[in-house]
Amino acid sequence: MGQGLLLSGSNVDFMIHGICEYSFFGHKVWITTTHVCLLIVLLVLCTFAILAGRKMKHASDVPTGFQNVVELIVEKLDGMVKSVMGKNAKKMANYIGTIFIFILISNISGLFGLRPPTADYGVTLPLGIITFALIRFYQFKCNKPSAIWKDMCSPLPPWLPIWFPINIISEIAVPISLSLRLFANVLSGTVMMALIYGLLQIVAYAWPGALHVYFDLFSGAIQTYVFCMLTMTYVNNQMGEEA
Amino acid sequence: MFNEEFVLGCSAIGAGLAVIAGIGPGIGQGIAAGHAAAAVGRNPGAKSEITSTMLLGQAVAETTGLYGLLIAMLLLFVKPLV
Repeated sequence: MGQGLLLSGSNVDFMIHGICEYSFFGHKVWITTTHVCLLIVLLVLCTFAILAGRKMKHASDVPTGFQNVVELIVEKLDGMVKSVMGKNAKKMANYIGTIFIFILISNISGLFGLRPPTADYGVTLPLGIITFALIRFYQFKCNKPSAIWKDMCSPLPPWLPIWFPINIISEIAVPISLSLRLFANVLSGTVMMALIYGLLQIVAYAWPGALHVYFDLFSGAIQTYVFCMLTMTYVNNQMGEEA
Repeated sequence: MFNEEFVLGCSAIGAGLAVIAGIGPGIGQGIAAGHAAAAVGRNPGAKSEITSTMLLGQAVAETTGLYGLLIAMLLLFVKPLV
């Protein structure tokens, strides 16, 4: 019943599938398609990184071909971090560059026939939690405890902490909304493409290309940019202007 | 108390109602795009910055609509009420 009833007579398929099962301290744990797609994305990125590193070891003064591409990527990422964080850019440029490339390749991997790894909440929630940990780390590193207490009681004076629990809730909402936004965007694209290929396969010959451009390339790139931008903004707020 | 088909039907109605949440972000993104167009008209030199700011704001505003979509997906495919 259920899914078969809703989508009877079709082969719409966008769910996560289990591939093999193993026992982890008595729990049944599945290796799913997400793991496999994540592994493929990581292998592609690692191969690219190794090739780029080997090329840059013998870098020439006048860049050509592959060296051009690598330098362009690094410069663009550093420029993006610098435009948001200013003086603090050096501390975050490596991390932001890494997650930018990872999320971007994950999002557009739907074009290459994979199920995008970011369409699994188990992938995006850790990304949100890392951002949350970074925010808290820099909050306690760059601010005095009294300033943090004053900030957490913010609209009211510090001796009247009525607003404190509400501020705590809004801080906890940050990683949840970050991860849900990325997850839901990529999932909606995946579902749309699955519905079109599953239900309209007789007529869907040329125009899914345009939809792929929107749902995979455009939406994926925008959400990557938004995720990195918000991470940088939140962390930069805690770092303050100097430091 | 109710049989499975009844609950599934009601879940489908609920999923349809949940994606009405898409109205809000639609209006909001339209307003943002309209103001961005006006800003480009006033200051064509700042077009690239206006565009990136607009896209960032729109992507954040989209979140509420996506929550509605998530609820609809949960009702249809995870079936928490059955």
